[in-house]
Amino acid sequence: MTEPLVRAVNVRKSFGDLEVLRGINLEIDRGEVVCVLGPSGSGKSTFLRCINHLDRIDKGEIWVDGHLIGYRRAHGHTYELRPHEIAAQRRGIGMVFQKFNLFPHRTALENITEAPIFVKRQSKAAAEARAHELLERVNLGDRADFYPAQLSGGQQQRVAIARALALDPTLMLFDEPTSALDPELVGEVLDTMKDLASDGMTMIVVTHEVGFAREVADRVVFMDGGVVVEQGPPRQVLDDPQHPRTRGFLAKVI
Amino acid sequence: MTVPSTSNRTTANEQPVDGGRIRPVRHPGQWIGVAGILVSAALFVQFLVTNEKLRLDLVAGYLFERSVMRGLVLTLELTVVAMILGIVLGTVLAIMRLSGNRVLSFVASGYIWFFRGTPILVQLLFWFFLGSILPVINLGIPFGPTFVEIPTNVLISQFTAAILGLGLNEAAYMAEIIRAGIKSVDPGQSEAAEAVGMSRMLAYRRIILPQASRVVLPPIANNTISMLKLSSLVIVVGLPELLTAVQLIYSRNFQQIPLLIVASIWYLLLTTILTIIQVRIERRLDRSVTGPRPVIRAAERQGTPS
Repeated sequence: MTEPLVRAVNVRKSFGDLEVLRGINLEIDRGEVVCVLGPSGSGKSTFLRCINHLDRIDKGEIWVDGHLIGYRRAHGHTYELRPHEIAAQRRGIGMVFQKFNLFPHRTALENITEAPIFVKRQSKAAAEARAHELLERVNLGDRADFYPAQLSGGQQQRVAIARALALDPTLMLFDEPTSALDPELVGEVLDTMKDLASDGMTMIVVTHEVGFAREVADRVVFMDGGVVVEQGPPRQVLDDPQHPRTRGFLAKVI
Repeated sequence: MTVPSTSNRTTANEQPVDGGRIRPVRHPGQWIGVAGILVSAALFVQFLVTNEKLRLDLVAGYLFERSVMRGLVLTLELTVVAMILGIVLGTVLAIMRLSGNRVLSFVASGYIWFFRGTPILVQLLFWFFLGSILPVINLGIPFGPTFVEIPTNVLISQFTAAILGLGLNEAAYMAEIIRAGIKSVDPGQSEAAEAVGMSRMLAYRRIILPQASRVVLPPIANNTISMLKLSSLVIVVGLPELLTAVQLIYSRNFQQIPLLIVASIWYLLLTTILTIIQVRIERRLDRSVTGPRPVIRAAERQGTPS
């Protein structure tokens, strides 16, 4: 058995007096697709944001691809990483947001090439060639010159997925990627994510789409109250939940 | 084609006489107003043309007079340099004020408090008379050896004092304008920038400030136009810009109104040019929001090898 790509050990996080994460332990293998379900306020989005250090953890540790996220251990001490070191870690982790967060002043193509050109110092030509490839991959090959405001929500989210892929991440994080979409646009984004999963991308998806979890996920993780309550193959967790809180939640959403 | 009128009961069966043309509501009040304005305008033109004391003939003569031209150039120089100083320093102050570092934020707030709170006239004179309290400016290691010593009055000329006074004051106002602009950008934008591995500075430069610029452009144009006229205060440090130049002339020949018209024509012209530039930039920045959709060239794209 190889080392897991993501390893979270006893992760704790508080916002003021409110403890949002109360000891998360989770391991995710390379190529695995994990869907995180749970009621709002269960800490699932916060946990996802901690994995690329958008929120910093208070206790515990998160390892991605052999790197301790956000910190460095030396001589028995833990040091915070410098901003450019954190930035370097984030380049290996793609993130897709609920509200897309595309750069509105840049075209679809420029959204994708922005980081490769200005962060990775790739040539403009190389970055654009790759961006065209990625747009084809998310079925938006003909929308390169469109600004985000000229695209539908589903198209914007697919551009956002292409933008995250442009840095060749080893891990993709999805934070409720379809929650801000009109119902008829959800399918196209989920299809893009399915393609990504079948290409072997390691994905952590915080979602309310139980159908997607059932069909695509290798493992479903149910979180509540800042801890992992139950996890396992989708069939097991979704069809035969063991924990009463999982049962209660699934009864409400299905 | 005739359209049967159904909107009015009493004429439900009546055929429209002029092909159903819709007659708009009349606004007699507006017509009376317009007539009043036209009469007033005619009276004003008559006053301008027939009043011999006005000496409009002098306006053309002084419009390109040498000292007026020199004043105009000085006004432009002061405005451009002071605004550049104001925008650059204002951006730095805005970012400092929004930073998590309390000392930086406090220093920026203090700067804005002081430079907005004291009269600009006092600030101009302060820089001009700095030499009286600090005769020599030293460059070197603080509390250590000095490398260069420059007399303050050599370093701070009239022009430098004017630029410091106008620019540092402008920076305080600009900081607040730019801070508002930065705050208007969705926090999700900096998160997205961080998530693709951008540093804070790169995120500001490539993502946040370009979006903020759409919001801050109208108030910056406002302040620039204001600065054109505010710069006339530099007479207190002995610099004769446009308004002072005409004042010097009418103090000799007592033709106040014609010469004030000369200055106003130039101010209006500069304001017009600035407004045109503003509209151009605004249209460019708005392109991503209101611009036309690009033409889809699907066939072309699929033909290109990837």
